Formats: sequence, structure tokens, C-alpha cells
Amino acid sequence: MTDQTVRVADAPLRSPHADPSLLHELVDYLRQNRTGLREEWVRRITDAELLGVMTPEEIFSEVTAVYDNYVDTLETGSVETLQAYARDLSERIIPRGVETHEVLGIVLLLRDVLARSLFEKYQHDADLLNRILDAYEPAANRIAVTVGVSFVEERERVIREQQDAIRELSTPVLQVRPRLLILPIIGVLDSQRARQLTEQLLGAIQSHRAKLVVIDITGVASIDVEVANHLVQTVEAARLMGASAIITGLSSTIAQTLVDLGVDLSMLRTVGDLQGGLEEAERLLVEGAETGGLA
Amino acid sequence: MSVAILRQGDVLVASVQSDLSDSQVLALRDELSDLVGRIRARGVVVDVTALDVIDSFAARSLRAIAVTARLRGAETVVVGIQPEVAIAMVQFDLNLDPLKTALDLDEALAILVDPRQGEEDGR
Repeated sequence: MTDQTVRVADAPLRSPHADPSLLHELVDYLRQNRTGLREEWVRRITDAELLGVMTPEEIFSEVTAVYDNYVDTLETGSVETLQAYARDLSERIIPRGVETHEVLGIVLLLRDVLARSLFEKYQHDADLLNRILDAYEPAANRIAVTVGVSFVEERERVIREQQDAIRELSTPVLQVRPRLLILPIIGVLDSQRARQLTEQLLGAIQSHRAKLVVIDITGVASIDVEVANHLVQTVEAARLMGASAIITGLSSTIAQTLVDLGVDLSMLRTVGDLQGGLEEAERLLVEGAETGGLA
Repeated sequence: MSVAILRQGDVLVASVQSDLSDSQVLALRDELSDLVGRIRARGVVVDVTALDVIDSFAARSLRAIAVTARLRGAETVVVGIQPEVAIAMVQFDLNLDPLKTALDLDEALAILVDPRQGEEDGR
């Protein structure tokens, strides 16, 4: 994706046949007719029912900014400013539900509006019109591509971020048999996730009437004081609700870290791996059942 | 008095129905202590399902209830601590040691019938 961006940015905007003075004339013309062309563009956006989620005032101010960027890009031949602006714009409008087809449609509408006004202005001189269009078209097309690509890239970035968030947030609490839950923790534990995890676990203890919880941290790569304390707190909170917790899957690295950090884990009942934890849990449940209740 | 105290066999069940003021907590402690001796109860269950908050005073009073009851010959189990309450208590470093806790009344009665269970509970 980055490669493509670079290619778009580095490519020469002017076609080999274009005459610099014509481009200059074109830019002057677009500046002089800024108000009229801009209004025409807004009118066509509204007619096409694009950008329904934005107010007319918002559309007008964005349109003004895009128009000016557009003309600057035609003049300087550098798409960098426009690209930055398009990214920024995408960041603002994506959360509001603006779709790719709308963004592309809008840029193409501007292209149409400007092209038509050029036709009108130069209709008596077909040769000049052709040369003006030679200068205009490649630049306009490249601008459309730049805006479209920026929008899609921005959207993909948002999607990637959301996927990461989802992956980190998914912490299922599973019931393996009546009154026994397992909570496999995978990925990075930060304080916010640890808090959410605690809430989920305690809610599940209540709704499943769980007596035992096996918390498996095999999938946790590293642990620090904060996370260790969260674990202790979670176990303590579970105990307040009447459930016992078994921690399994402490790797040797984590175990050594905890010892080095001096975290007091004497409160916790730990077993080497998930299998051992489940066996221990079953043993406690059976023992509890034999003595007239569940331990 | 917003706490109904029921008698189930030789177990007293105190069901707290709403948040208690400090004086109500003290009244509950006195009444339970008195009843334990009077009916020769073996166990006390304090149901706090309806409580949204257990502050340090309430936690200390629950412990006091348990110690008092034990001196009079009865074990105490607290049941129905809500998830949010449990989280808050842990965060404020309140604990109910040496109180026993259970998920609900069934559990509490099972623990009181067989006190051995309480010993291996949770640790």
C-alpha cells in the first residue's frame, strides 16, 4: 500500500504534451471562478444525495478546502498537501459512516464540474480546448486517485486498529461442567483489560453459580507487578463471592519474574498447566460433593 | 429495622434488604448476638445481595458479627456479595477475614452443615 502511495506522489502530474503556460492559465481561471464553480459543485453533490450524514454547512466548508487544495495541486504538481488533507478528512468522516463510493463520487463530480466549465469557456476554440484538457485531465485523474487511495488507506487503518482491539478484548469465560468455569487469558493484559476481565469473570460466577474457576495464563507472554496484583485482586474478589480460583500455566519466566518482583502470591492456588488445574478442580468438586456440599 | 432475621433449623438467616446506616448495622450486630445465645444457633447467614456498597465500617461490622457469634458458639457466612461490590472491596483493600463467604443461601447452609468445607474454601 505504501509503495502505491509513493508511486502516485512521485509520478509527474503534467502530461508530456502539456504546456506550462496553459496550466497556469487554467489555474488562474479556476481561482477567478472559485465561488461559482464551488457552488455548482455543492449543488451537484446535494443533487446526487451524497454525504447525507453531513450538514450543508459542513459540506460547504469541506468543499471549499478541497477545492482550494485541488487548485493548488494543479498549480504546484505536488499531491503531498492534498494527500495529507485527504487523510485528515477521512479520519474525520469515516467514523460518521461516509462510504468510499461517496468520496470517489464527490471527487469525480468536481472533475466533471471543472471540465464542463472548461468546455463552456473554450468552446469556440477547439484546438485550445484540446490543449487545455491535455493539461487538465492527467492532473485531475491523479488527484482523484490520490484522494481515493488516501480514503481507503485510512479506512483500512481504522479496520486494523479495530481488529487489534477485538483480538485483545475477547476473553471468553467457559463453563466446562456444572459449577466449574475456565478463563483462558491470551495476549497482553493491561489494567483496563484486567478490570474488564474481572468484571466478566465475577458476572459469570454469579450467573453460572460457579464454585471453582480455573484461570489459565499460558497465553500471557509477560507479567508485571500491576498485572500480578490484578490477578490477586480478581482471585480475592471471586472468593468474596464464594468461589475459589486456581491459576494455571505460569511459565518458568513468569514464575521467576514474580519471585524477583517479590509479588506475594501465597494467596493463590497454582497448578502447572491447564490439565492439572482441571484435575485439581474436579478433585475439589468431588471432595466437596462427598462431604455434603461443594468445596 | 430493615433486616429480617429468619430461623431455619439451628441457623439464623439475616437478610439485609436495603443499605444500612451505621446505627442499623450496630443494631443488627446486637440482635444477632442476642439471638444466637437465645435459640442456641449453630450458624448465622448474613445475606447482602441487596447491598450496592459495603464500606469499611460495614466490613468491620460484619467481621464483628462473626467474631461475636463465634464466641457464642455459631459460625457466620456472608452470602450474595455482588460482583461490583466485590471489585470495590478488593480495590479498597477491605477484606472479611476470617469470615466465610458463599455464593448463595444453599452454599452457606452446606458450609454450615459441614464446617470442614469452609476450611479448604478459597485458599
